[in-house]
Amino acid sequence: MAMKKAKIRLDALLFYILGALYFLVPLLATFLFSLRGKKDEIGFQAYLNVFADPNFLKSFTFSLEMAVLTVVLGLGLLVPTVLWVHLRAPKWKVALDLFSLLPFVVPPVILAFGYIKLYGPAPFAWSSSPLLLAAGYVVLCFPFVYRSLDGGLKAIDLKRLWEAGASLGAGPVRTLFTIVLPNLRSALLSAVFLTFATVLGELTLAVLLAWPAFGPYMALVGRDLAYEPAALAVLSFGLTWAFLGLIHLFSRGDHGVSRTR
Amino acid sequence: MKIPPWVGVAPFLAFAFLFLILPSGVLLVGAFFGGDGHFTLQNLIDLGRPRILSAYTVTVQLSALTAFLGVVLGFLLAWSVTMGGLPATLKGFLSTFSGVASNFGGVPLAFAFIATLGRVGLLTAVLNTFGIDIYDQGFSLYTFLGLTLAYLYFQLPLMVLIITPSLEGMKREWREASVSLGGGRWTYWTRVALPVLTPPLLAAFLLLFGNAFGAYATAYALTGGVINLVPILIGAQIRGDVLHNPGLGYALALGMVAIMAASIVVYSWAQKRASQWGL
Repeated sequence: MAMKKAKIRLDALLFYILGALYFLVPLLATFLFSLRGKKDEIGFQAYLNVFADPNFLKSFTFSLEMAVLTVVLGLGLLVPTVLWVHLRAPKWKVALDLFSLLPFVVPPVILAFGYIKLYGPAPFAWSSSPLLLAAGYVVLCFPFVYRSLDGGLKAIDLKRLWEAGASLGAGPVRTLFTIVLPNLRSALLSAVFLTFATVLGELTLAVLLAWPAFGPYMALVGRDLAYEPAALAVLSFGLTWAFLGLIHLFSRGDHGVSRTR
Repeated sequence: MKIPPWVGVAPFLAFAFLFLILPSGVLLVGAFFGGDGHFTLQNLIDLGRPRILSAYTVTVQLSALTAFLGVVLGFLLAWSVTMGGLPATLKGFLSTFSGVASNFGGVPLAFAFIATLGRVGLLTAVLNTFGIDIYDQGFSLYTFLGLTLAYLYFQLPLMVLIITPSLEGMKREWREASVSLGGGRWTYWTRVALPVLTPPLLAAFLLLFGNAFGAYATAYALTGGVINLVPILIGAQIRGDVLHNPGLGYALALGMVAIMAASIVVYSWAQKRASQWGL
């Protein structure tokens, strides 16, 4: 819509303020609550307790490793596929679009259920393999990784870049790494950060497949303690903010929307 | 020699088949078999049991209510920054915050609400000093109302993200045409804007509905798995066959997938209608 200089409407301002209150009060309350770790004193005791817990670092490292594995598997699978579809198999785009809606139809709790039933018993017995969890994460992250890559590819003329590379004598591998991927940098980075933001705090798959990940760890802390969970909530909000801030920084304008829960 | 187009898609299709289609398929097929391995519709009939029926009812109510409130309130918020003449900074802040908040779900969100509105939460305490004891008034965070408040924290921002582009796509000419034909503000909204916005609003509602329907982590962390929601019940069934009938567990999953599939089909249809107007 063309920008028009309208004067500020009071009802609009009112809605905005009410919305801001709803969003900011819990954040402020959680932060203040987290400062009460020590009786009759305001301070960062709850945070110190969190950091001092060896399980914090252990579970966080585990989730970090899963996030890296998910990024490697997810991009390793999707980048070639999406490039191929754009270059050589445009008819298959419909199938990819359809698949990007499917994880929505099959929520994590159903996915976990299916994995346990199908891959738990022999002959597979994959329940003890972190690769099964990573595969689940690839499925969860698929919609926004795909949308991000697809959006990035729409913005560049892939066919022409590819032909230009070929006509200058570069082979497909060289064209891919020196021309195409650098042009997709912001799309790739936003896919990576969204994957990290999703995997690091993910609960459902991790808890149902019985992995000592960060999400289940947080849930456990929440069951036993009062102030430490608030500290964890503040930390994880900060982390999400940092990841999304990084996307914003790298993508300047084009941004994707992800869904988690 | 040219490689046929499907070859490049094959690894992806194989992955999707193994880790998305087949695992869900196993549950859907399993729903039609009894403990003795014979085909039966009994599992589907058993979905009518009081506990399961109530899980579906509560989940549908929770999802529909938070989706409806999310759509209405998120729309007002998005409207306030796109058409309400608020400064561009406020709009930028809202869209950035929405990006973060719509990704801020699950366990930490539950913690934030416990720290705010739990029994010893900060807002609860502040209200107490004003002589208002919300827990005496019958409020509890660990109930339907509490879950609604918490779910809105990710539903509202999602709505803002979805609907802002549509509001920005509303053409100025439409309003001018309405005004030049003698229409006032009311006429514009009821005869032009809302009819045009109906498909995107419907699409948004369905997306939010499914978003809440599939949510597990927030409810799990907030209520410790006590509240009787479909995802929570499925989670309990996975952990220890609480229904004492695997087939019934599959049927529960089948019901959930059916509801999610129905909402995504209508969503896609609404999206197509919305794109007619470039929204």
